[in-house]
Amino acid sequence: MITAIAIMALGAVVLGAALGYASIKFKVEGDPLVEKIEAILPQTQCGQCGYPGCRPYAEAINKGEADINLCPPGGAEGVQRLADLLGREVKPLDAEEKPKAIAFIDEQTCIGCTLCIQACPVDAIVGAAKQMHTIVPELCTGCELCVPPCPVECISMEPIGENLDNWKWKYPVIELKKVA
Amino acid sequence: MLQLFKFKGGVKPQTNKTQSVGEPIGVAPLPSRLFVPLHQSIGGTPRPLVAAGERVLKGQLIGGADGWISAAVHAPTSGTVRAVAEHVAAHPSGLTTLSVEIEPDGRDEWIERTPIDHGALAPERVRERLREAGVVGLGGAVFPTHGKLTASKTVPMEELVINGAECEPYITCDDLLMRERAEEIVRGVGVFRDLLQPKRVLIGIEDNKPEAVAALQAAAAKLGENFAVVAVPTRYPAGGAKQLIRVLTGKEVPSTKRSTDLGVQCFNVATAYTAWRAVAHGEPVVSRIVTLTGNVERPRNWEALLGTPLAEFVALGGPKPDTDGYLMGGPMMGFAMPTMDAPLVKATNCIIASSPALFPPKAPEMPCIRCGECAKVCPHELQPFELYWFARAKNFGKTQEYHIFDCIECGCCSFVCPSRIPLVQYFRFAKSEIWAREKEKNAADQAKARFEWKTAREEREKAEKAEKLAKAAAAQAAKKAAEAAAAAAGEAAPAPAAAEAATNVPAATNPPLDAEAAKKAAIAAALERARAQRAAVEPKNVDRLTPAQQKDIAEVDARRQQAGIEAPPTAPEESQP
Amino acid sequence: MDFSTPPYLLNNASVQRVMLQVLAALLPGIGAYVWIFGPIVLVQIALATATALAAEAAMLRLREKPLAPFLTDGSAVVTAWLIALAFPPLAPWWLIVTGTLFAVVIAKHLYGGLGQNPFNPAMIAFAVCIVSFPALMSQWPPAALDLGFAEQARIVFGLAPRVDAIVGATPLDALKTGLKLEEGRVGVSQLLDNREVFGAVAGRGWEWVTAGYLLGGLWLWRRGVVSWHAPLAFLAGLSLLAGGLWLYDPAQFADPLFHLFSGGAMLGAWFIVTDPVSGCTTPKGKLIFGFSAGALAYVIRVFGGYPDGVAFAVLLLNLCAPLIDVYTQPAIFGMKDKSR
Repeated sequence: MITAIAIMALGAVVLGAALGYASIKFKVEGDPLVEKIEAILPQTQCGQCGYPGCRPYAEAINKGEADINLCPPGGAEGVQRLADLLGREVKPLDAEEKPKAIAFIDEQTCIGCTLCIQACPVDAIVGAAKQMHTIVPELCTGCELCVPPCPVECISMEPIGENLDNWKWKYPVIELKKVA
Repeated sequence: MLQLFKFKGGVKPQTNKTQSVGEPIGVAPLPSRLFVPLHQSIGGTPRPLVAAGERVLKGQLIGGADGWISAAVHAPTSGTVRAVAEHVAAHPSGLTTLSVEIEPDGRDEWIERTPIDHGALAPERVRERLREAGVVGLGGAVFPTHGKLTASKTVPMEELVINGAECEPYITCDDLLMRERAEEIVRGVGVFRDLLQPKRVLIGIEDNKPEAVAALQAAAAKLGENFAVVAVPTRYPAGGAKQLIRVLTGKEVPSTKRSTDLGVQCFNVATAYTAWRAVAHGEPVVSRIVTLTGNVERPRNWEALLGTPLAEFVALGGPKPDTDGYLMGGPMMGFAMPTMDAPLVKATNCIIASSPALFPPKAPEMPCIRCGECAKVCPHELQPFELYWFARAKNFGKTQEYHIFDCIECGCCSFVCPSRIPLVQYFRFAKSEIWAREKEKNAADQAKARFEWKTAREEREKAEKAEKLAKAAAAQAAKKAAEAAAAAAGEAAPAPAAAEAATNVPAATNPPLDAEAAKKAAIAAALERARAQRAAVEPKNVDRLTPAQQKDIAEVDARRQQAGIEAPPTAPEESQP
Repeated sequence: MDFSTPPYLLNNASVQRVMLQVLAALLPGIGAYVWIFGPIVLVQIALATATALAAEAAMLRLREKPLAPFLTDGSAVVTAWLIALAFPPLAPWWLIVTGTLFAVVIAKHLYGGLGQNPFNPAMIAFAVCIVSFPALMSQWPPAALDLGFAEQARIVFGLAPRVDAIVGATPLDALKTGLKLEEGRVGVSQLLDNREVFGAVAGRGWEWVTAGYLLGGLWLWRRGVVSWHAPLAFLAGLSLLAGGLWLYDPAQFADPLFHLFSGGAMLGAWFIVTDPVSGCTTPKGKLIFGFSAGALAYVIRVFGGYPDGVAFAVLLLNLCAPLIDVYTQPAIFGMKDKSR
């Protein structure tokens, strides 16, 4: 009886020491989960989730304050990946999923007010006061933040269609189906 | 006798080459319209240099190379530009690409051609000439040739391999070119040799083309070149660049390295031919030899103008009534042309008319039984069935672990698969998904960096503005205080002692209201400075910046200081990408 | 034509072709078997085949898969033949039927059907039956016994009593029991001298059957259907262990040749460990898989409680196969130099 208790106690001490050592030795710096969540988010910084940027949203997800289905640019795939990462249920996106688009400024209408330049979170609009503005398409994330500030409504979102640069080979669909 | 090496795997499909070698290369008649795509090579898309309505001469530049890795595009014949517009591309997707539509005038009038003496010119000049002439790899990869003509700085160039293997079934364009224009090929190889200075030049040709081997040997002997013309065993894909390098030199070029890092470089025979035409005759690449074979009455090789629409080209061969499509390239790696309007391009080595008898419909896909046949024939010694499981499950990380990017899509695995699984299709799917994701990830990273940049800049501007305001306020206050102090001192004692006292105990003994205010302002300014300093030391939202980004910020600051700008409302540097 | 997927040129391989070649390779062994034990073997094969096809069809219907391509692929027939050949020839009909049903329904289709089963279905059938019906699965008629076909059939279909004289043990079993009964007073050599039971090499009659399997296996290898790695390693593992112990104590342990040509060694080497679905796929992996299975089969055979160890050895290695594959991925083109 005593031997058994002693052995169990010894085991507890040894294992406890090992765990304690491991927690010090392999201590994880910072909060890597936020980084991982942020890596999945599309970095459009659009604020459509209700948070001022992707990082705040990632932090909110991490704290459990925000749901994982609030990011429309990430789409259903983004929700899926977040669910996989966090072990949560996959939920339908809390918004309409739109095809990827980039902003386009109608240069004829633009009055050069710089409001859209200030709104753009990624500095993808060039121009100066009273000068025509234009969007650098490679940098535009399609966040739509420049659309509402424009006083003359000269900014539109142009969907990016399939072209030779973004064309992808399709998944082979030669599934066997019951003939009868 | 040269020692040959073996590459693992490979298959031996029916070669079907004899049909199209019966007749010499024919010159295809001028088509009624030409659609010349501007993007015909790897690298930058050439800029259009002509507009609708303009008259062009044969060989006139119509698309200027954009960036170093890019090749120029020329008018294939003289005529009138009808449009510079989107036209269906010679691509499996059937999507369009910017193309120049030319209506030939029938005169086929050359622009002035200036041959160069490549031996007398600096190597850079020769490479530039090739770039301007639009010389690209004609084996199918269409990589700009001038980009491959620089030896590695650290590894001495040992072998120059010239690829005349032509391993794909049906295709005979290189075979005929070697038979008929061997001398110009050898001269072209000489140009490459002079630029790369290799120790040996090896020309590899599959041993089912003895005429080509003999022709090249005779040409090399006649020109006094000591090129080794080697017959290599016929086995698909012996004509893959890496496979031919392996067979001739024993070197294996991994996907992570360039062949020049191993002291080898490889060119196609047709590329050597066009290079010679460009150098010695000043002729840019405006046509190429195309094999027209398969389900046609008269299979033959044609020298066809680039941009010839498929419909007009195949009419030369007389397609049989049961023809149900056209393949561009060989049956192993080629693809079905999307429409009859799609043009011939620099990559078009062969057009095969297909029929149900020639390429019967595939049996339904069965489950993989892991028999390992695919692994046995894979020339890159991959495990295609493992890749297949992962690609099918869209587990792309795993596909990369199993080296999916070493796959050259030669099709050997699909060729032997007893379950008739379209393995190559799965691999292409996985590769393009991975590329797309990589692109997305890079875009996201860039967006994130730019967002953080902008936030940091706004923070700093705010701090700088506040500091400037505080400074101005303090200066104002100090000025007032000084005035007040001076006034007080003048009132009390104009003696030097009194002035001394005033400087020793400034404004303390005579505390007027203004001095008090100045002190407060000074404190406020100091506080503000300290805050700004703190902000500068620990700026919010920029603590995760990479050293490179921090360097950028520092540089911008330095530039600002030089320009004497304190705090511009918007920094001009940032609007430049 | 199918425009979606290059290559457009394919050779004439098919799953059916692979399976038909395996079936053809079994014919020499079956021929010897019939010659020695009589045509009842064919009845068992027919029984197993019919059961397998019926079960396959039922399962395909249940799983809503097309019948035609899967019924004709031949994989169920291969499983059935292997079961019929692994079971005792005079086993009651319902034993074969049960085993085959178990193999097709549970070991194959519940795991996802063709290509998805982690275990060899025939060996699962064997293992399940020998655990559930050890007596019936251990009764092998001596080759010397000359029964008419009618009598054999009556035994199989339960119309005649299963007399002890009819149902003996395999040579392997006989040797093990003999050694145990004599408690070391009699050596292996004396026991093996009984030619009535043990024949010239490894059991009267059995030698011919296993030689038939060997012939078929070599033919499969020549045709490129199976690679040499797994069978050779299996036989090497078996004979190395057998040889070592035989050299150590010839009185206690039979010679390697006896082990190679008795029991399921040859059938296992050429038709079971070569099963690509449940085995290893890399060349190195096949060697490890085959060698371990051979060694394990010997250990179970000699030291274990069952008459033969091939089935259990293979099943245990089936478990390890995915792991072995992961760790034996061959170096790829251009990456063989470790320094890169």
